[in-house]
This record gives sequence, structure tokens and C-alpha cells, in this order.
Amino acid sequence: MHNSVIDIEHLNLYYGKQHILKDINISIPAKKITVILGPSGCGKTTLLRSLNRLTELDASVKMSGKIFLNGQDLLSSKEDVTTIRKKMGLLAQRPYPLPMSIYNNVAYGLRISGRRKKKFLNNRVEYYLRQTNLWEEVKDRLKEPAATLSIGQQQRLCLARGLAVDPQIILADEPTSALDPHSSRMIEEKFAELKSNYTIVLVTHILRQARNIADHVIFMYMGQVVEQADARDFFDNPQEQQTKAYLQGQFY
Amino acid sequence: MNWLKIFYSRKLRNRIHLSWMWISLGIVFILPMSLFIGLMWKSAILLNQQSIFDLLFSSEWKPMAGKFGYLTFIVSSVWVTMIALLIAGPVCLLTAIHLTQYAKSWVLKIMAPIIDILAGLPSVIFGVWGILFVIPLLANHIGPFFGKSVSGYSILAGAIVLSIMIIPFILNILIEIFQTVPKELSEASLSLGATRWQTIKFVLLKKSSAGIVSAFGLGMSRAFGETIAVLMVVGNVVHLPSGVFQPGYPLPSLIANNYGEMLSIPMYDSALMFSALLLFVIVLIFNAISRLIILRSSH
Repeated sequence: MHNSVIDIEHLNLYYGKQHILKDINISIPAKKITVILGPSGCGKTTLLRSLNRLTELDASVKMSGKIFLNGQDLLSSKEDVTTIRKKMGLLAQRPYPLPMSIYNNVAYGLRISGRRKKKFLNNRVEYYLRQTNLWEEVKDRLKEPAATLSIGQQQRLCLARGLAVDPQIILADEPTSALDPHSSRMIEEKFAELKSNYTIVLVTHILRQARNIADHVIFMYMGQVVEQADARDFFDNPQEQQTKAYLQGQFY
Repeated sequence: MNWLKIFYSRKLRNRIHLSWMWISLGIVFILPMSLFIGLMWKSAILLNQQSIFDLLFSSEWKPMAGKFGYLTFIVSSVWVTMIALLIAGPVCLLTAIHLTQYAKSWVLKIMAPIIDILAGLPSVIFGVWGILFVIPLLANHIGPFFGKSVSGYSILAGAIVLSIMIIPFILNILIEIFQTVPKELSEASLSLGATRWQTIKFVLLKKSSAGIVSAFGLGMSRAFGETIAVLMVVGNVVHLPSGVFQPGYPLPSLIANNYGEMLSIPMYDSALMFSALLLFVIVLIFNAISRLIILRSSH
């Protein structure tokens, strides 16, 4: 089967008394785009956030189970949580540029890991801005605050900033939901390019997007994984009744 | 015809409500203006007799001889305010950071009303606390520790009492400011591998820098004008203070202690009005500076 990067076994997550994720067992293949699909409120964002342990910022969240990254369990890991987070770049629903210049947004992750040589930083910033097709648009205004960019540009900047820490995995939580169609397509095309080097986990509720770029699909409903399969099998030959209903647009 | 009637009555009602708003706005606008003009007018008598330079930079205060030098009062006010801010600043910042970033949500729920109570306490209570607690502490422990024999009634006593009074005020603003910073912004920084403290330093504090400046600006204005609690512990001796253990005599105390008492002395009335004008202008300058900083950082 797949050469998987992330394997989740019996993951349960409670928020207070609410049971949000129920016995999740999935594996995410390397250097492919895995789409987590499902109606809103089904727990897909929570599942994504549990991968880089952002969920534990909330004291009322309790987790059990195992999340293996390259065979190492993240939840019982003695490793520093910042090291784990550096292995995954996060793209949120809306772009949240850091309150600093365009340049510093990309250089931020490098600086906090101790890379301070001006020449190195310049080189990396240009490289990642080129990777996200931003360089030509912003090369003359690198010192300006990132908030002056358009929303679409901001989201690409957030992608560049995430790539700059050299992650192995890109986590994207409905990254196009705040974007115009043009910018959305740009992000989607970028993902299709990036998958040759990165493993991408994309949360979405947009069927069209999932059909376009997914290699592997995990379908969730009410905190449970209903079905997971290769994209072609999933869309052409769904096994579960709920999946069929969802694909026919019977619920959202 | 019916719709026409409704139209006009609605228009009329709009007009009436609008005029109320204009009147209220006018009051808010005119009040400080008239205050300023009134103070100018009243202190004009003094200003005609003595040069502004003498008034501000002389410490000779002999009302009977017609000599009014404000340096003692200005220096006392500035010292008391600055030291109070120096004490309150770190306490407020660290508390606000802890309550909004580290503490569990129930801690803030308990702390919020406590801070509000502290902010709402009448200032005379802080004055009494100062006399009963701060003064003996300074006279018996802190003074001797520095090898000084002091009464306790001093600039430092005023500053300590004042700092306790402005802490809840500044703290409330800071908590509100930190809470408006989106959680997702901190998460973005954390996902890039930043530690919590790095995130606080580079994202939270940076994002709210303008708000922090304005919080301290407002606290400073408040501290500068606070009268009764400071008056009770500061000593009120007309002598240019040369150290924090010496008594001082801030501007608000000058007005509160003397207004209505020695008005038979020529020009005394005008002199007190001038000190009120000084307070007004200094607070205005504080406000202008903090606004300027906010404006600059928002660009």
C-alpha cells in the first residue's frame, strides 16, 4: 500500500465533556495530497490541529491514542513541541500575517531557530517568495507591513512563511475559504506542485476542490472517519452509504 | 398623501434626535475649552506680573512677598508620577500577560472582579492604607536599610500609594488589548516553531504596542492628577526634593490644601489657578505624546 508519514491509532479527543474525535484510525501517505472532507462541525479542523498539537493550547481538551510521525508517537513524545511543530507548516482559514514587514514574516521562522546571517536570510526569503509566486509582486516593498498586501497575497505569504522553516508536512485548514477564485486557484495549483516535495493534508468542505487535487481522501462525519480511500476509488466507487449521500449533495 | 405624512414626520423625528446629539457633542467639546479659557483668564493676572520662565524654573515660593516659583511642585509631581509608573508598569504588563496567555480561564474570571473592585475603591482609602502601612514601612524598615532616618512621609510613599491606585486601571486596559489579539495569530507563530515566550515577545507585544503605550499614557495622566491619596502621604513641604525619601508637594496637593484658605493674599487665587492650568497643560501634553506614538506605530 502507501508509504505513510502519519499514522493515527485510536485517537480520541474530548473538549470538556464533548466527545469531538471518536476513535480515529487513519494513515496519511507521503508526498501526496490527502484531503479531509466532511460537513462543517464534523471535527476535521480539530483532527488537523491535533497533528501539530495546537489542540493542547486549550486546557479543557483531553486526548488519548497515538499519532505516529515517521514512526514516532507525537503524543507521548519527550521531544520539544516546537521541534514537532517545525516539521509542519500550517495554513489557516484566513491569512494571519505576523505584525511585521513582508520580509520579516518569511524570515521569522528562520530567525527564531537561530539563523541570523543577513545573506542567508535574504537568499531564503527570496527563494520562498519565488516559490509562492509573490516575489515579482513584492520585491520592491519588502519592508512594508504584511497587512498592506491583498488577502490573496497574504495567504501566499503565509504559505511562504510556513515553507521557510522547511517542514515535512503542510497542514492546510480550508486555506481558500476567504479567497477570491483566482487566488484560490493559485493556491490549489501551488499545492499540486508542492506535493513532489511535501506531504500535504488539506481540510476542505468544497467537493470541487477535493476532486481537483486530492490523491487520498478521508471522509469524516460527526467526529468519526466514515471512509478513507484513494481519490479515484473514493469519488467513483464510494463504499459507505453516508459517503454516497454526501457526494450526491444530500447534506453539507 | 399618507406616505408623504410618514415621510415628513420621520424626517422631523430624525432632525430632533440629531439635534440632541449635536447638543451633547457640543457640551463634550465646549467643556474642556471653557475650562482652559477660564483658567487662562484667571491666571492672566499672575502671568502679567511675572515671566513664565520665573514661574516654572524658580523654587522660591513666598506668597506673602508675591513670589511664586513652581519648580518644587512640578518636580514633586513628575517624580511621584514617574516612580509610580515605574513600579506599576512591569507589574501590569506581567500580570496581564499571565492572565491572558498562561492562566486558566477561571483565574481571569476570579481576578476580573477583584481588579474592578480595586479600581473602584475611593482614593481616600488608599491614602489611609498609605499612612497605616506604607509610612511605617518606609520609616522603620526601608529608610534604615538605606541608612537614613526618615519620617516616611515622602515622594516614595506617594509613588507607592499612587502605583497601587493606577495598577488596576492600566491592568484592565492591557487585559482588554491582549484579548483582542486574535488567537490564530499566536497559533501561526507557534506553528512556525516559536516558543510561547517568543510568541508573546514578537507577536503579542508587537501587535499591541500602540495599545500598551496608550494604556500607560492614560495611567500617567490619571496619576498626575490624583490628589487626595497622594496628599495624605507625600509630606506637603514646600522644599525642592532632592531624593525619594524627602517629602514633596505635588501640584494637585497645592490646590487642594490651599484653595479657599489664603485668598486674602494678593495674587494667591491667580497663583492656584495657574497651577491648575499647569496640570491641565501637562496632562494634555502626555495625551498628545501617547496619541502621536499610537499614530506613528499604526502606519
